[in-house]
Amino acid sequence: MLDLSIDVGGLRLLNPIMPASGTFADGLANTIDINRLGAFVTKTITHEKRTGNPVPRVAEVQGGMLNAIGIPSKGSEYFINETVPFYRNFIPPLVVSISAPTSDGFAELAARLSQVPGVAAIEANISCPNIEEDGKAFAMHARSTAQVVKNLRAATHLPLWVKLTPNTGEIAAVAKAAEDEGADALVVANTILGMAIDIHTRRPKLGNVMGGMSGPAVKPIVVRMVYQCHRAVSIPVIGCGGISTADDAVEFMLAGATAVQVGTATFIKPTAMIDVIDGLGHYCQQNGITDLRSIIGAVEDTGFVPFEAMA
Amino acid sequence: MQVIEKNACAGACAGQSAPDTPGRVISNDWINGDYKHLILQADGRAAQAAAGQFFHLLCPVTPTDSPFFRRPMSTYRADPETGRVEFLYKVTGSGTRGLSTLVAGDTLPMLGPLGVGFSLPAGAKNIVVLGRGVGLATLAPLSDLAAAAGVGVTAILSARDSENLMSQERFLRTGATVIEVTDFAGTSAVHLVEQILRDLHAAGKADAFYTCGSNRLTLLMQRLGNELGVPGEVAMEQQMACGIGMCYCCVRAFREGDHLVSKRVCWDGPVFPLAEVTSC
Repeated sequence: MLDLSIDVGGLRLLNPIMPASGTFADGLANTIDINRLGAFVTKTITHEKRTGNPVPRVAEVQGGMLNAIGIPSKGSEYFINETVPFYRNFIPPLVVSISAPTSDGFAELAARLSQVPGVAAIEANISCPNIEEDGKAFAMHARSTAQVVKNLRAATHLPLWVKLTPNTGEIAAVAKAAEDEGADALVVANTILGMAIDIHTRRPKLGNVMGGMSGPAVKPIVVRMVYQCHRAVSIPVIGCGGISTADDAVEFMLAGATAVQVGTATFIKPTAMIDVIDGLGHYCQQNGITDLRSIIGAVEDTGFVPFEAMA
Repeated sequence: MQVIEKNACAGACAGQSAPDTPGRVISNDWINGDYKHLILQADGRAAQAAAGQFFHLLCPVTPTDSPFFRRPMSTYRADPETGRVEFLYKVTGSGTRGLSTLVAGDTLPMLGPLGVGFSLPAGAKNIVVLGRGVGLATLAPLSDLAAAAGVGVTAILSARDSENLMSQERFLRTGATVIEVTDFAGTSAVHLVEQILRDLHAAGKADAFYTCGSNRLTLLMQRLGNELGVPGEVAMEQQMACGIGMCYCCVRAFREGDHLVSKRVCWDGPVFPLAEVTSC
């Protein structure tokens, strides 16, 4: 079988396919062989216990979904004692997605997890509200991103992945700020803020009113962001946004992704990640690709002939 | 009241194989003006679904409907000997309208069986099943579960009118006593059903309660169960995205002692102890 293994931000992965945070749990092991995944990425955990948002927490829309789950969490100690041991029985490395309301909170949680055997890397979900910045997500701006990543870097020796929000207007500057402060990889991106209204009841379709859009419909937006981030930084970019098939994964890699996360697609097709892994192998064989790394950022984006006729 | 997450998966669900089986449609017929009966050849693990378990169905996209999520559907019947799995569903939205277009020979991806099903308490000799509307389909497999255990069943079936009563033959075939109540006949009001339940309990016919399909009937059975000391179970519904415990969208609040505990209907249920239900 073709070797699809790849280095991503300090981790050696069997292949570049992993779940997106919030779309994976032990239950999937009843349906697919989770040992085939490149890595495990957990649902975001927090130090404190949290209830999450009111229902309805999801809504289907054309070509995707909105969610406002709200990071329900049993707390980090429950996670360390009850959840991490399950994953020690499997081969793929465990990447723990973390969140906190403050920069110091992020650092404390990362430091705690760094002492736990079986935790291979930290994915900092800095798309959550920052209570020190009036509720704006850390990843909205380069300055707040730099501050939280600097604290995180000082707190952990583990590979540090930083998950960005697509809701910023300055994704490349945010990416550069994360790299400058020591991030080992970037995850591009989280969900795009959206809203849907039931025209019969006049009620928002989410209990939280607004929520994050994901699924096939967001893919072109995120491919663009991966392309921009890849050009702005030299650390690996992990693509995440609307990937359902191996073709989607290849497109993200051509745009500059070193690896990809599959999320919403798993809800529709629980075998989606396995199908993407198998499909990547076929793509390489059919195209004579012996080293998957050769397609990273290999989009041929030059050579368009200037259009010279005046409108 | 503080809301905390439950500490562990209550389910027998963990570790049970749940493949995405390509079910082949054998028939998909209307049984009345609202409901269709879908019979699939599924084989293997799917046909071993226990009473109360459900499947997550990838409903077809049609020229008029594009359901994005799968749709959870309780099992009407699963027979490991024939390999057949059956569903009884009301055609209401984009998912079920898509399902209604399936014809013999079509394939339907069906993830499952999923979740925690019904259980019979040790020593129970007679149980009471109370269902309304689409809940009648969910409760039907209890007829076979009880019959196999030699447990007597009284099934109280409630609906708008006799046209919408379902599952009678499932219960009658296994020797159950069937009591039909309808809005049309004026026999389905909660206080009337309460009297039936009290009479059954007085006659020694109610060692356990089971219900599905009506919030009011669920609260009635919970109240009577507490008063009379009768244990019970309820099959709950909630909007789902993943169906296998990953997304935390199908949560409900359940009572455990002094606490309200968030549980996932898809993973910790869909069948829960009646005593834990809150009126949310």
